[in-house]
Amino acid sequence: MSAFNIDAPHFDIDAIVLNPDIHIIVCTGAGGVGKTTAAAALALRAAEHGRQVCVLTIDPARRLAQAMGVEKLDNTPRRVVGIEQLHGSGSLDAMMLDMKRTFDEVVEAHSDPERAQQILENPFYQSLSSSFAGTQEYMAMEKLGQLHAQARSEGTWDLIVVDTPPSRSALDFLDAPARLGSFLDGKFIRILAAPARGAGRGIGKLAAVGFGFFTSALSKILGSQVLNDVGAFVTAIDSTFGGFRERADATYALLKDSHTSFIVIAAPEPDALREASYFVERLHADSMPLAGLVLNRVQEVTLAAVSREQALAAAEVLELGDVNQKLAAALLELHSERAAMVQRQQDVAARFTSAHPGVPVVTVVALPQDVHDLSGLREIGELLAD
Amino acid sequence: MVNWSGTALHVVSGKGGAGKTTVAAALAINLARDGKRTLLMEVEGRQGIAQLFDTPPLPYEERRIAIAPGDGEVWALAVDADDALIDYLATFYNLGRAGSALRKMGAIDFATTLAPGLRDVLLTGKACELVRRKIKRTANSYDAVVIDAPPTGRIAQFLNVTAQVSSLAKTGPIHRHAEMVMGVISSPQTAVHLVTLLEEMPVQETIDGIHELQRVNLPTGAIFVNMTRNPILDEKQSAKVRKGTLAIKKISEVAIEAGIRQPVEILADGLLREANDHVVRADLETRERARIDELQIPTITLPYLTRGIDLGSLYALAEVMYDEGVR
Repeated sequence: MSAFNIDAPHFDIDAIVLNPDIHIIVCTGAGGVGKTTAAAALALRAAEHGRQVCVLTIDPARRLAQAMGVEKLDNTPRRVVGIEQLHGSGSLDAMMLDMKRTFDEVVEAHSDPERAQQILENPFYQSLSSSFAGTQEYMAMEKLGQLHAQARSEGTWDLIVVDTPPSRSALDFLDAPARLGSFLDGKFIRILAAPARGAGRGIGKLAAVGFGFFTSALSKILGSQVLNDVGAFVTAIDSTFGGFRERADATYALLKDSHTSFIVIAAPEPDALREASYFVERLHADSMPLAGLVLNRVQEVTLAAVSREQALAAAEVLELGDVNQKLAAALLELHSERAAMVQRQQDVAARFTSAHPGVPVVTVVALPQDVHDLSGLREIGELLAD
Repeated sequence: MVNWSGTALHVVSGKGGAGKTTVAAALAINLARDGKRTLLMEVEGRQGIAQLFDTPPLPYEERRIAIAPGDGEVWALAVDADDALIDYLATFYNLGRAGSALRKMGAIDFATTLAPGLRDVLLTGKACELVRRKIKRTANSYDAVVIDAPPTGRIAQFLNVTAQVSSLAKTGPIHRHAEMVMGVISSPQTAVHLVTLLEEMPVQETIDGIHELQRVNLPTGAIFVNMTRNPILDEKQSAKVRKGTLAIKKISEVAIEAGIRQPVEILADGLLREANDHVVRADLETRERARIDELQIPTITLPYLTRGIDLGSLYALAEVMYDEGVR
């Protein structure tokens, strides 16, 4: 048996996961590539090798959540029981992000109880905190900041592993917080909050006309109640928000830190690797520390020396023979299909590696079953570190 | 066999990575056969259609992108909420030049952000407008509109627009607009299809998705079971693999006689491993297939294409759909 043929430096997972100088690992990539599972497997591996680990998952599959005992969404890290102590005495805490609750807690932490109550009851806040595209990313970032601060002040953890939300684009994790920040801080929302201060100042004449028109159209189509709610929300959140945005900025800075490491996860499919490319380029542009690419779910290579054509030619000769000849024909046909799949996956992977020759890559073979328990996660961790 | 002759709006959803865009495109080709005209619409700004058809990014404008067997035409449209809002305001409020000024200032993004439900109403609203052209018999009407929709986890919310805006607006234009959209989406003219793979997690999501659609009374269409493997081994042969009674040494010798140049032990080991993997996978597919069948929803089975998805294989998939009875 030979390995999946890929022309890239080998990505040594343990050099990141077991490195005491790495305090944050961010796992990112397109949806459906096994990102959450990989994050959990890396966290378990680190814990079983003696590190004090917390893993923040965003939206784990039910069985994975059960395996780690975090089905209950209470927004607090819970100790995972049943880990093995391979080296030293590590520990693993796991949590699932509750974005609304995280948002509520930030509001509560930054306002007096009366003001907080006002904000939490505002209908606009409720829709913003539960369904705004980007709130999940923002809150994942916020939670990471909180966990990191707690790790620092209480010495609870020496490694935090973060899974990123299943966004339309992996880049959203980096961009959404700033977008939400500039939205809440933006000119529009301010003017909307205080129309009496005049809509015209500083936005140009044509725009001012457009704006007046726009707000009246908006209140016509949405109803004036919505705009009133927004106004009340902005007024109430004004004092809170400064601290809020600073926190997001601080967490963003944390991602550029030399103690942070990004791991990009992809499957050997064109879409997933295209996302991975975007992300790798962005990390580079923003000087964020990329550790490497995990190419998940690759087809294991078997009988590499027997080509697809050879197998098919022999199968054709054998398919009208006796029982064993027919079986041989069928097995050779299986081999040819498998060889074709391997070839396709290697071609797709080669497109990525030739565009990003310096990025270390590790491949993980496709497993027939989803992860149901810690031993399944441990197995993936071993494959990752292989 | 499914009869979709009365269906004007096909909403294609599915788990990420299951081939949602590909299935939507093959469906649009298929429904355009024999002189018909279909529109393939995307709503998430991914430009997945352009990538699939190997064309430059699509603007907010209907464009012909492919032909179908028998002089059919497939058109495409990439809708984004900003464009749809400008379009909406222009139609109902005669916005004029203010539209582009507002866009420059980010006002449109602001409005759709302000009211998250608004975004979905505008997107589905655009699809319904295209569908209603057929009823109104305008010249540029389509026989069917196919939406490459958001993934399974969000599809019921995406389509259930009146519920979304009811918290925003109980009366007024947007409310009426939502009612109009809902009138189309919840009628027999619409079919919501889910694309799945025969794997545990995608199947679970599909089951949950179907239940959710049924709960909010949205019309389910078919489940497209995508990327299924060619069975190759018959029942007797698979049983031998499962029981470990393959005469693998003998089989390998036979293969070597037929021209495979490999040491017999290595060949035997490799073939056996491949046979085992295949049977494990096939058994998993059978189990997952049974869970899908319990839903009692028409299924359309599509093969895994080893060479990947390009324009040629897209037409091949459309052929398979046709053979599976999609009309």
